[in-house]
This record gives sequence, C-alpha cells and structure tokens, in this order.
Amino acid sequence: MSANTDFLPTMPHATATTPVVDIRNLWTVFRTAGVDAVIHKDLNLSIARGELLSIVGGSGSGKTTLLRQMLGLEVPARGSITVLGRTAAELTRTGASSRVGMLFQHGALYSAFTVLENIAFPLRELGTLPDDLIRDAVMVKLQMVGLDPAHAHKMPADLSGGMVKRVALARALIMDPPLLLLDEPTAGLDPDRSDAFCDLLRTLHHELGLTVVMVTHDLDTIYAISTRVAVVADKHVIVNAPPKEVIAFDHPFVREFFLGGRGLRAQELLRLHPHSE
Amino acid sequence: MEDSQPRIAYAPPHASGGRSARVTGRWTAESLASSAHWEAAQADLQALPPDWHSWQWDLRELQRLDHTGAQLLWNTWHRQWPDTLLATPKQRAMFERVARFSSNLPPKRRQRPVDWFLHMGAWVVRREEHVLGAVRLIGQLLLDMVQLVRHPRKGPWRDFSGHLYRIGATALPITALLGFLIGVVLAYLMSQQLRQFGADAFIVNILGISLIRELGPVLAAILIAGRSGSAITAQIGVMRVTEELDAMQVMGIPKGFRLVLPRAMAMALAMPLLSVWTTLAALLGGMLASDVVMGLTPAYFVTALSKAVLVSNLWLAVAKSAVFGLLIALIGCHYGLRILPNTQSLGEGTTTSVVTSITVVILVDALFAVVFKDIGI
Repeated sequence: MSANTDFLPTMPHATATTPVVDIRNLWTVFRTAGVDAVIHKDLNLSIARGELLSIVGGSGSGKTTLLRQMLGLEVPARGSITVLGRTAAELTRTGASSRVGMLFQHGALYSAFTVLENIAFPLRELGTLPDDLIRDAVMVKLQMVGLDPAHAHKMPADLSGGMVKRVALARALIMDPPLLLLDEPTAGLDPDRSDAFCDLLRTLHHELGLTVVMVTHDLDTIYAISTRVAVVADKHVIVNAPPKEVIAFDHPFVREFFLGGRGLRAQELLRLHPHSE
Repeated sequence: MEDSQPRIAYAPPHASGGRSARVTGRWTAESLASSAHWEAAQADLQALPPDWHSWQWDLRELQRLDHTGAQLLWNTWHRQWPDTLLATPKQRAMFERVARFSSNLPPKRRQRPVDWFLHMGAWVVRREEHVLGAVRLIGQLLLDMVQLVRHPRKGPWRDFSGHLYRIGATALPITALLGFLIGVVLAYLMSQQLRQFGADAFIVNILGISLIRELGPVLAAILIAGRSGSAITAQIGVMRVTEELDAMQVMGIPKGFRLVLPRAMAMALAMPLLSVWTTLAALLGGMLASDVVMGLTPAYFVTALSKAVLVSNLWLAVAKSAVFGLLIALIGCHYGLRILPNTQSLGEGTTTSVVTSITVVILVDALFAVVFKDIGI
C-alpha cells in the first residue's frame, strides 16, 4: 500500500475516487397526525473524500434528518445511502466509532461520566487496551481540541456550552474516524468561540485528512471553512458546489439565504476581515 | 491481503552499518484491540533493544496508523524521538501532535480528613433544606387551596381533569387485575387453613375486614405511587431540564398553583375511588375463589359480608386513601421540583420519590391502624 493511503479506512471496494457518502434517490416521509409530509423527494448527494461540506436549507427542510440517515439512526422511505462503501444501516454496528464520528447539536455527552470517561468510552469499550494508554490517548485528544488537562475530571453538567462541544468533538475523534458529521457545530457559541471552533475544525480537517459534513445556519462558518456547500430546497439538493458558485446560483432560497440582509452583512465582514485560507 | 498484524521487525546488521526497526501492519486502536494483535505488538515492543535510540525506525510500510497507535509507539520510546525516523509527512505530523500533547493526567483531589467533616456538614444542610422545602410545599398548597376557595372560577380545572384521567381512569384495568388476583390467592390460602377448624364461613369475615380496611387501600396506594408518583416526579423534573419551569416563572405563573395543586387534588380524589375499585375487584376474586374451593355461594357471601364488616371500615379506608393520594402527589412534586437540570439527577430523583412515597404510605397506614384501632372492629 502506498504512503498516501495510510489514512484510508478499510473499505470493501475502496478507491480514492469512491465517494465517502453516496445518497441516491432518497425519499423521506414523515407521518404526522395521519398526514404524510414528504421531506425529501429524489434527493441525490455525493460527498468526495477530503471535502468539508456544509448542508444548508430552510427550517424543516430535513438537514438534520439527512445526517441522522447517514448515521443509520433513521431509515429513509425509499432510496439508498452508502457511507464508506457500506449501507448506512450497517454503520451503527460494533466498531462504528472508528468509521464515523458525530457531533450532536447539544453534545450528547454521557452525563454520568466525567470528561475523561466520556472521551475514553469508545476506547474502553474495545476491552483490551490498557488504561494508561487510553488515558494518554485521551489527554492528547483533549488538548487537540483546545481544552485544558485540568478539565479531565469535571462532569458534563459543570461545563459551559463551548466546552461541551469541544469534549463532544474529542469524543467523536478518539478513534480517528475518516468521516466526521457535525450538527450545528457553532449554534449556541458566542462569535469569539464560534470562530475558534471553526479554526479548530479547519485545522483538524486539514491535518487529519478528514471528510467533514456539517449542517449549519451560520453564514460565517460556511464562508470560513467549507470547501463545498449543498443547498437543500424544494425537497432535494438544488446545488452542490464551492461557496462562490453557490452564491451565484439562481434560486429564491439561495438569494434569500446568501444575498439577504444577513448574508450581505456576512460577506461585507468577510471582505473587510478576510479569513486566512 | 497483506498481514495486518501490528509488528516491529528488528533487523540487526543494516546495509549502511546502522540497525533498523521496521514497523508494519495496522497500528490503530481497532486493530490493536484484538487480543492476538495486542499480544504480538506487546511482544515486539518488549523486545525493544536498549540502544533503540540509535536504530533507524522505518514506518513507511505501515498500513495504517492512528493516534492511539502513535501513542503506543511514543510511550515505548519513553516519549523521545529516535535519532532517525523514516516516516511519511502525515505520520510525522501525527507523532508531532502526540509528542506535543502527551501529558500526564492531573491527579484527582485527594480526600483529606477534614473533607469528611465538611461532607457531614453538607449532608446536614441538605437535610435541613429538604425539610424546609417540604414545609414550604405544604404551606404553599394550603395557601393555594384558600385562593381556590375564594376564586373557584380561576382554578386550574383543565389540568385537574387531565390529571384525574391520567392518574385515575387509566389505572383502572391494572388495579382491578391486581386486586382480583390478590383476592383469589388470599381466599384460596385462607380456605386451606379454615377448613382444618371447620370454620369455613369465617372466610367472609377475614376477607371482608382485611381487604376493605387494609389491603385494598394499601395495594392501590403502592401501585399508584409506582405508577403516577414516579410520573409526577419525572414530568416536573423534565420541565426543569427543558427550562419549562423557568419559562413559567418568567411568565409569572405560580408553580404551586398550576403544577402542585391540580396534581394533589386529582390524586386526593382519584385515590379513594381507585381504592374502592381495587377492593371491589379483590372481593370479587375472593368470592369466586370461595365458591370454587369451598362451595360458598356468592349470594351467601354478599349477605354475610354486610353483617361481618361494619360500614365504618369503608369510611376509614376512603379517608386513608385520600391521605395516601395527597402524600404521594406531594412527595412526587417535592422530588420533581428538586431535580437538577441533568439526566443523572432525573433518574435519582424519580427513584427516591417512588421509594419515599411507598415507605410513607406504609408508615402512615401503620399510624392509622394505631389511631383508629377501636373503630369498626
């Protein structure tokens, strides 16, 4: 195997060009009060290795549902989802944490465990690795996400919102999965922390060669770190392209979202204070 | 398929004079966790030559490396770089991260003797606060009742009827089933004993007094404490976790009047009714079992029952049940309002609430038995 593929996950038929996530003709139907609501209709989305893709869309357009379906937490009504060469339903089996990491919107830390135990959980579940090695690995991850070692013994209830997200990120990364899913990573963080979190994500994406998929509303985050943006509107992905091309795409939602008041302000700020790429 | 076993091949005489260690296989957490792989890797790591420093370490043939694998190698190298390391840029970057961030876990604060003293003090303060909370809850309930009597139209009647349905109506099947079965079992066991004395007819007295006066109300109360008492605690606790309680406070809606009062009233009304219902089901079970086992006809059972059991027993049972209901609701609310906004506390609070309310029901029942020992018997 060549040096470049050191970080590739083991995939049955993996080649460098196989998409990490491949969604085909996906239908999502929610049944509420006896009425079927179609959320996705023939949605197609393919995510290549090494992308940092932002999924945007209006409220209720099913962005988070899409993430949950990629993880196999929800089953689509029709269509197929392939993640790392397997169907999404197979993903949540044993060993899932070494294939995919998920950062839930509110962190989803285990409230009965300390920070250390939370991050160590997937490693400890393996059963064989000695405790001191696990502790060392956790301390590295803890500091990689910018947390002080002194926080290791705290309980999740004693952490601030930004710290919860960082701990959750460290936990998602503990097994070095090649794919990282993020649900609203910067929601609930102040602008300062949100920027710091974006920087962290960009660094990790670059250094670890991760494929990152995130759902976000935050225009700053989208401009600052995504390499591609997929817009979900009219029940399917209307465009999936680098941010600059997406802004130029002619669609009412895109105009409203990127070129409305908020969008223009964000772009204005970006022009005044460009993020270093 | 290449061998994925994580190994280190030590090859002494190297072409250039130095010696080299070739690391191969998959050095990832998942791979190392299989015990065969772990033992193989451990064996190779323990065979580390004392002068490993000057060896040439070659990682380029590694199939896969993650931070855990890198950590393992780094720890084996005593957290120092070997003199020559042949590695891909990404591997090197990974080792640099591990090297930069490797640190020892800060020790937990040790327990000092004075901590015990402080813990004890904290325990006493918590008890005191517990009692104060309970007193405040009862006081608030009394004030709310006064307000309800003054302005009955403003009462939380919709909440009251909702709780009455959930606590009372939906508990009818399970309480009936339980009561019926207890009645059957009791009648069957008693009949075996009474037959020895030829006192078959006394089954009516025994079943009548024990079921109406004691078992009916207590059984129903224990069942409802487990079923609705826990639900009350969990509901109010989840409202705390989701900040609904705070939202109510911000809107100026009194918690006691809207949460505690309707639950307490519904419980105090539903509990006597459920108790009577459970008793009836138990008597029915006893009556059928007596018919089958001893041949006492239901007609005889009913006539004998009215002579054997004074009606004051029923009033006592009803009064007792109302008190039980009120206590279960108050305990449920008390623990619910004390829950902290995290899941751990929610679980603990619900458990404590159920255990406390069942204990209190039995204690209060004993109290009733002592105080009213001259009535109805």
